Amino acid sequence: MSRISQCFENLKADGQTALIPYVTAGDPEPWVTVPLLHALVDAGADIIELGIPFSDPMCDGPVIQKACERALKNDVSIRHVLKMVKQFREKNSHTPIVLMGYANPIEAMGYGNFAEQAKEAGVDGVLTVDVPPEESDEFREIMDQNEIDTIYLVAPTTSAERMQTIASFARGFIYYVSIKGVTGAAALDVSEVSGKLSQLREKTKLPVGVGFGIRDGKSAAEVSEVADAVVVGSTLVRCIEEHADRLDELPAAVAGLLAEMRHAINARDLASA
Amino acid sequence: MLEQHIHDYFKNFPDKRGHFGPYGGRFVGETLMGAIYELEQAYEQYRNDPEFLAEMDKDLSTFVGRPSPLYLAENWSQKLGGAQIYLKREDLNHTGAHKVNNTIGQALLAKRMGKNRIIAETGAGQHGVATATVAARLGMECVVYMGAEDVERQAQNVYRMKLLGAQVVPVESGSRTLKDALNEALRDWVTNVDDTFYIIGTVAGPHPYPAMVRDFQTVIGRETKRQITEVTGRLPDALVACIGGGSNAIGMFHPFIEDESVAMYGVEGAGHGIDTGEHSAPLSAGRPGVLHGNRTYLMQDDNGEIIETHSISAGLDYPGVGPEHAWLKDIGRATYVSVTDDEALAAFHELTRTEGIIPALESSHALAYVSKLAPTMSAEQSIVINLSGRGDKDMHTVAAMAGLKF
Repeated sequence: MSRISQCFENLKADGQTALIPYVTAGDPEPWVTVPLLHALVDAGADIIELGIPFSDPMCDGPVIQKACERALKNDVSIRHVLKMVKQFREKNSHTPIVLMGYANPIEAMGYGNFAEQAKEAGVDGVLTVDVPPEESDEFREIMDQNEIDTIYLVAPTTSAERMQTIASFARGFIYYVSIKGVTGAAALDVSEVSGKLSQLREKTKLPVGVGFGIRDGKSAAEVSEVADAVVVGSTLVRCIEEHADRLDELPAAVAGLLAEMRHAINARDLASA
Repeated sequence: MLEQHIHDYFKNFPDKRGHFGPYGGRFVGETLMGAIYELEQAYEQYRNDPEFLAEMDKDLSTFVGRPSPLYLAENWSQKLGGAQIYLKREDLNHTGAHKVNNTIGQALLAKRMGKNRIIAETGAGQHGVATATVAARLGMECVVYMGAEDVERQAQNVYRMKLLGAQVVPVESGSRTLKDALNEALRDWVTNVDDTFYIIGTVAGPHPYPAMVRDFQTVIGRETKRQITEVTGRLPDALVACIGGGSNAIGMFHPFIEDESVAMYGVEGAGHGIDTGEHSAPLSAGRPGVLHGNRTYLMQDDNGEIIETHSISAGLDYPGVGPEHAWLKDIGRATYVSVTDDEALAAFHELTRTEGIIPALESSHALAYVSKLAPTMSAEQSIVINLSGRGDKDMHTVAAMAGLKF
């Protein structure tokens, strides 16, 4: 069983919803990332989504765009990101790591080369936002061979037919994009999400994570009622941006935000247990 | 091999998934996939619909002014002392470039799909103006994304778009040029996907855009084939067009792909010179990768990050190129070359003085290559250049090079 599946099994046994923070690797400085990841785990992260910086992040809103720009200013490449994962693994062997990014840096490295090095570094899953199932046959095959889960997106615009296809391709968990828009854009509507998720659950037994538009403990707790995992990105990245000139305070500040969401989710999990 | 490829071309490219060999495809976020299929379906429905085609033909004739003339540049041909040089005068189209051929087609499609909000990206502003123009005429809301740097260097086109009722949004992210405008337009589309039609200005983006934009632009090549045959009694020996994304080139080339005797040259912007790295010539000096919805040749570094491009002409200042050009390069059906800013500028002045035609700086790249190619050919041979746009928009750039300001 993959580290991701194991993680969801454990949480399920405890009646808990997973919390998945997203941060862009190397933002705002390369050396900040690994300590920050440890702080996020301490604050209650179950899985970590680590962004590979890309020059043209067209599915992301301004907050994550700027994070990519800050990381790229320090020449943080996909190879550095893998090194960070390796370093993180020196102290943590249980928290799954999902790399999130765009196709081109992975293509430039070569699928096979990337998969081998990612596996060696301790990566558990990969989500390439601009590669739909239609274009991912070769990629998925190589990731499968290297026991790395390919994570797929489902959106509000995804038809029932496509959901079926995506469900048959997906590994680890399915990421439901809660709003039509880019990351960090609008607030989500939980009842709308809930309807779509029940449709999706008819097609898959995999856990479903929900992201985009979760801003605080309240919205995280609401989403946790219907989702197996809550993904938080732009809110944390905005906090990183605000602390870009106070790096010593940064990990604690970001972890504090995440801990708030953890508490809110736990309270809700307990209440519904 | 080439013969087989050409033989199969029209049957197989693009395939059902929008691939030209290894290039093209549909590389967008899941949220847009539904819209892309919806567009593909609508396009398949209307591309052969007599009523749709009749409306388009009427607009191309009475609104754009087609067919555009094929002009023999006698003075210039004589001066270069080789092949007879013909100019396909897309510069005479309404709005001043070939771009309007495509925006008319897409806007009519948008109308039939019931989408009343149009978005577009623009570099030099020509596609933005062509989009704002058709939106004004069809009474549609129009938002144009333009890199902040391009907004500064193409102030006149920005004002034209505003006069036409479009909202122009300067894009401050990344390198503040065309590629960033494309990113921003995609972000808008993902957010407003239900009521918005994205009019892409070139033969790039996710399938079906490269094939659809090509089809709308092939009116250039179809007219050329008829016109040149009427004048010379035979096909031309060479076609030459500039390449940014490559829509004017593919529009000219495509109807000639099976005519193997016709050589095709696509001319990229070599900027300050290919060796300097400051250029916009992905086919000449890039590698295949994935950007803006398709796999194609890209200007990128070893880590797959897109690198900033440079060209004197904003319309060529783009790190990618249409996937069909990538395929035509690989199979050897078309030849891709590049000329520098200085060479293009010299050709700009040359045509202006010898023929009384002021070309766009983009098209001047094609002219510059012909000034090398024509002398190697005989007087019985002919070259057709796609003069894709007029130079009015470039006055301030050319004046600035001469140290003038106005």
